[in-house]
Amino acid sequence: MGQSIWQSMEQKGYSRRDFLQFCAAAAAAAGLGQSGVAQVTAAFDKKEKPAAVWMHFQECTCCSESFIRASHPIVLDALLDVLSLNYSETLMAASGFQAEKSLNDTIQNNKGKYIVLVEGAVPTHDGGVYCMIGGKTAESILQTVAKDAAAVVAWGSCASNGCVQAAKPNPTGATPIYKLVDKPVINVPGCPPIADVMMAVVTHLLVLGQVPALDSQNRPKEFYGRRVHDTCYRRPNYDAGLFVESWDDDGARKGYCLYKMGCKGPVTYNACSVVRWNEGTSYPIQSGHGCIGCSETGFWDNGPFYQHLPSFPGFGIESTADTVGTVIGAATLAGIAAHAVVTSVRKQKVIAEVHAEEQKES
Amino acid sequence: MSASGVRVKNLFPSNGSQPVEYRRIYVWELPVRAYHWINALALVALCITGYLIGAPVRAFYAAEAYQQYWFGWVRFIHFLAAFVYVFNFLARLYWGFVGNKYAKWTSFIPLKSAQRKEIVDVIKADVLETKLHGPISTGHNALAGLIYFFTFLAFVFQTITGFALYSSMSSSWLPRMFTWVVPLMGGEFGVRFWHHLFLWFFVSFVIVHVYLAFYHDYIEGRGTISSIVGGWKFDRVKNDK
Repeated sequence: MGQSIWQSMEQKGYSRRDFLQFCAAAAAAAGLGQSGVAQVTAAFDKKEKPAAVWMHFQECTCCSESFIRASHPIVLDALLDVLSLNYSETLMAASGFQAEKSLNDTIQNNKGKYIVLVEGAVPTHDGGVYCMIGGKTAESILQTVAKDAAAVVAWGSCASNGCVQAAKPNPTGATPIYKLVDKPVINVPGCPPIADVMMAVVTHLLVLGQVPALDSQNRPKEFYGRRVHDTCYRRPNYDAGLFVESWDDDGARKGYCLYKMGCKGPVTYNACSVVRWNEGTSYPIQSGHGCIGCSETGFWDNGPFYQHLPSFPGFGIESTADTVGTVIGAATLAGIAAHAVVTSVRKQKVIAEVHAEEQKES
Repeated sequence: MSASGVRVKNLFPSNGSQPVEYRRIYVWELPVRAYHWINALALVALCITGYLIGAPVRAFYAAEAYQQYWFGWVRFIHFLAAFVYVFNFLARLYWGFVGNKYAKWTSFIPLKSAQRKEIVDVIKADVLETKLHGPISTGHNALAGLIYFFTFLAFVFQTITGFALYSSMSSSWLPRMFTWVVPLMGGEFGVRFWHHLFLWFFVSFVIVHVYLAFYHDYIEGRGTISSIVGGWKFDRVKNDK
């Protein structure tokens, strides 16, 4: 504690040049650009290494797995190093009472200054017994660590919107973090979120010491401001009406739009098609599979991955709004046809009566 | 007999088979008729393009995307028709306060007991094909008015959800006013689902509406169909001789 980032790097044998390179990379990751490098350098020169605790609750650790695969190793190394990651069940060496002590010490010694990174949802049913660490419920642990935190970041869809744990019928009462803590939470949804996005959010917090610009759902605007669809390289095929009709058809080989295969790109806010995954190698649509909308709230409950409209509730798995609508439309037509036949028959009678009358009169 | 009066034989003579006297009445003013037909065109365009957006077809041959913009045009027509339809609807709302008595907002909401009675009467006449008991309203009959009121609610719902979906691809203030809808309905999945479902309400409405317009043209026998083109209907002159 007490060391600045530069001091800590210098100790580890990094040169000043390495440090400046790192600052430039960090500035870029935080979306600051060339003019922000001086700001970053100044901050890292003097600012104390911020303490961070990484909490794991109801999750699969895919967020951690994603994080350690960030495509800028120098940023990653440095960040894991400079961040003073004092508690993380997955990555720390300590265990048992030592681990608990580390967590408590961090909270005690850095009141109001440490960052809480939460991975996973928190179960609230039955007194929270479905996720307990060291004899304490996830919820009570969360409240303890979040109380004096400088910032709370919700990693991934579990922490941001509940993800699979919160899917119907949600037996454990899994609840996203922002509903439980009484301070603003930065939501970084995705299952998992993109490593470089996570990196950038942390960098932003470190560099500027403030929360990045957030949208109405508290997601960083920079990465969740546009839909996957808007920046998708297959978008021209969508506009041209060229769609993959079935897996492995000619359109699929030509890389046509996957809209009709249930791609959720048009309703999903994420940076996949810009940042991409695994060092910018690819992303689901580029690999020929539609987006499943993993960063959207309730994506598990929004019905089959391979049709783009949700199933209609109560009408079986396969019925969409269209099947229900078609049945209603057809029933209406049938009703009207029957009505028209009856009317026509009655009308013939009236016409006959009128005719008879006219003949009488004339 | 008035100057515009005509004598026609009624197909449903209520006073024996005496000839009945009719009078021409200007019912649908020009703004009402313009609203009706602009709305009809926009609605049909919206339903067709809306359905296509949900289930696109490959209409023309193209090997590469740059050769075509077919789906882009479908969406463009949908958005264009939506704007026409919304402003047309707003104009009609305005006319519901300043127009003649047949266009007034009161004919859409059955606040009076006479309207409620007429609703029952018209349901019986439409569904069971019984004869109309009382005199049916010259403008919208009370049941039609109420159904139109429901379609107005559906208009509003489609407008809100439609602009909410559109807001993500627009920076203009009008659609941006509806961004709050998206989280409320559980993300764009939900908004899109409801917006799509209501398409079928309009399809059903159009089928029933067109049919009943013809049906009432027949049972009322006073130019219901032609009235929406020219604006005139016939009203029976009371002659209790």
